Amino acid sequence: MNKSKQADTLVIAGKSYQSRLLVGTGKYRDLAETAAAIEASGAEIVTVAVRRTNIGQNNDEPNLLDVLSPEKYTILPNTAGCYTAEDAVRTCRLARELLDGHDLVKLEVLGDQKTLYPDITQTLSAAKTLVDDGFKVMVYTSDDPIVAKQLEEIGCVAVMPLGAPIGSGLGIRNPYNIRLILENASVPILVDAGVGTASDATVAMELGCDGVLMNTAIAAAREPVLMARAMNLAVESGRVAWKAGRMPRKLYASASSPIDGLIS
Amino acid sequence: MNDKLEIELNGKPFFLDKAASLTQLAETLALNGTRYAIEVNQEIVPRSQHESFKLSDADVVEVVQAIGGG
Repeated sequence: MNKSKQADTLVIAGKSYQSRLLVGTGKYRDLAETAAAIEASGAEIVTVAVRRTNIGQNNDEPNLLDVLSPEKYTILPNTAGCYTAEDAVRTCRLARELLDGHDLVKLEVLGDQKTLYPDITQTLSAAKTLVDDGFKVMVYTSDDPIVAKQLEEIGCVAVMPLGAPIGSGLGIRNPYNIRLILENASVPILVDAGVGTASDATVAMELGCDGVLMNTAIAAAREPVLMARAMNLAVESGRVAWKAGRMPRKLYASASSPIDGLIS
Repeated sequence: MNDKLEIELNGKPFFLDKAASLTQLAETLALNGTRYAIEVNQEIVPRSQHESFKLSDADVVEVVQAIGGG
């Protein structure tokens, strides 16, 4: 590994990460597949949901956190399924207790079951409460540059605009908005949601995003472990391409081979 | 049911011996050795207090764990 690659780390809330791919743990066939896919993805930050324990069910079954040990991975509890700021804050506090005071959380407050679009008013309110309560908040939001800036100003440690609706796999629908968000940002910007395949992740990284968070694109692939590897490569590829700087687009051709010395 | 107390556990009625602690509740649910968090009447009870925290009738208790999610 060369020096420049080593230095290219993602820093979130003061901690450095080598991988810019963050992955969810939902929708896998079983815990073994979850673990294998996450290993193949190279991700160091993995999201989990917080849910009621099933009463009266077999608790001998392995627990997610036995498979994904908090010693190996940075666990990012989310507030998925919360539709009010109050529920989201409550979920984060439970997560902090569950994870022995670990205070990095993914905030999402949803507005609508059909689109899973964020409720921005509730998201801003919850972000403020959580930041005041000492949480380090990575926040899922729409791709609105004004809102992204407001969330940063509240004190969120990362802002995560959607590329397309959660689980839709539609890709980065509005790259220009992502660019506007990036231009104004002084915290890491990660695309969260919308990626469908490897090229979508690369597009996000080529725009200059600091990382990509995904779940369904890997879990719902025909071969999740293989797709996890593809996403690992795609995120790295897009990052390196962004650093390399793409050539300017031109309307007309420009020959790659020299004109001089043609045999005719 | 004088020797029992009735709580609401994860949205459903649940019966325990009178003055059961949260540790006893966790044992009843076979949660030993797993990671979980408990909230009673919307207040988180830190793990360090589970032994001493005694449940009362009509307490609303939530027990949560981490599961797969995005």
